[in-house]
Amino acid sequence: MFHTPNLKEHDHANELSVITRILCAIAIGTLSLSLIIMLIVTDNPSSVLPALVQQQLTQSGVQNPVTAVLLNFRSYDTLLEIGVLLIVAVAMLPNSNFISNINSDMPGNNPSSGRLVSVVTNAQVNPTLEAVLRWLVPMIVVMAGYMLWTGAALPGGAFQSGALLAGAGVLVQLSGRLQFCFTSTIAKLLATIGLIAFMVVAVGVAPTTGVILQYPTELAGPLILLIEIAATLSIATILLLLYNSLATQIPEMSPKPLASNKQPSASNKQPPAQE
Amino acid sequence: MSQDLLYIIASIGLFGIGLYGLIVAPHIIRKILAINIMSIGVFMLLVASASTVNGTPDPVLHAMVLTGIVVAIAGTALALFLAGKIHTLGQASDKDGH
Amino acid sequence: MSFSVFIDGCLVIGILTLACLCLATKHLFTAIVLFVSLGLMVAIAWVRLGAPDLAIAEAAIGAGLTGALLLATWRQLSTEPANNDADTANKSGDENVPHP
Repeated sequence: MFHTPNLKEHDHANELSVITRILCAIAIGTLSLSLIIMLIVTDNPSSVLPALVQQQLTQSGVQNPVTAVLLNFRSYDTLLEIGVLLIVAVAMLPNSNFISNINSDMPGNNPSSGRLVSVVTNAQVNPTLEAVLRWLVPMIVVMAGYMLWTGAALPGGAFQSGALLAGAGVLVQLSGRLQFCFTSTIAKLLATIGLIAFMVVAVGVAPTTGVILQYPTELAGPLILLIEIAATLSIATILLLLYNSLATQIPEMSPKPLASNKQPSASNKQPPAQE
Repeated sequence: MSQDLLYIIASIGLFGIGLYGLIVAPHIIRKILAINIMSIGVFMLLVASASTVNGTPDPVLHAMVLTGIVVAIAGTALALFLAGKIHTLGQASDKDGH
Repeated sequence: MSFSVFIDGCLVIGILTLACLCLATKHLFTAIVLFVSLGLMVAIAWVRLGAPDLAIAEAAIGAGLTGALLLATWRQLSTEPANNDADTANKSGDENVPHP
């Protein structure tokens, strides 16, 4: 278990022996059985929190209790969660830009000057996927907007709609017609607007009510909607950035796939013979 | 056997399977898969103890699990990125050094 | 045994079987695909437990996006670096994509 993990798929260098595996299985089996027995034996302690949430729900600005807990009662956790997403995005950002010999819109020397979405002119396009996406992407955008709006009363909310938009972005990138550049100025703005809006709201309500993140009761609904809109844009951009930086390969490696691998992804083939 | 009990057993089972896979599996992507399976098990335990027979389920635990799902994908993305970087740098050093 | 317990029992058996198979198969691609289907079955389990917000989030984030990230990394880890000839890097990927 303490060996370096393998990176090649069928490499059997660091496998544990059979006896070690059986001992591990027995130990984990005993642990699991004892956990199950302990969970059966101890009775569920009744918590006062659900009753408190039901009492204060009318003053929270929304009717969905999960949204109320996420964005009003425990909004500090959500603030830090968006911060964690932004930290991971910053860690993975340098890998997501690549050299612009496909398209003249891509940034050359100044990475901030690229456009967020640009049309690829001479790369491989998957025509079936592109034809489906002409219908599917507008529907996904409408669905994401609906889910953002209806998160106040029904199941939905910022995270779900942000994930839907990120899924649409992944499909668009796979079709090959458009490519994203996440070092452009507008991409950086979209990625950070969630955290910025949240913190502006958090500090801005402090003079009125005396505590940061404590919304005034009559403004709670609109403030939650504002935070959710900014958070949706931010979450969608960051999740798409995460996929983009993993699916882009650095062009000087110029990969030669193995025999089991037959599907190229259009945004990362940089054939040097193509002019 | 009530619904809660069934899902509690499933969650501990998932956690155990994930832990065994984390220790035993040799490839790094399988280890990341095992960690994700362990986190699914933990979330299932939280949600199973949040559901009540009558009335609304506990929304604080649901919000916690929602936060957990998003942080889990962030951690998985970072781990996969580091695995890719180890692979790239290892191959670069193989090409230059040896 | 009531019907809802039967459905929950089938779901739990399916989830545990998928988790075992995911970590025991030989090919890594199969493991990733099984993980995505495990995520979808867990999304159904969230609905059975009365958490529809979690079901939407798990289906979109936990199954969909995590599957996309895992497949992208799997592809990156299974390619080899280029040799010095440029045309072998070109010809092995263009077989099943129609030229515009």
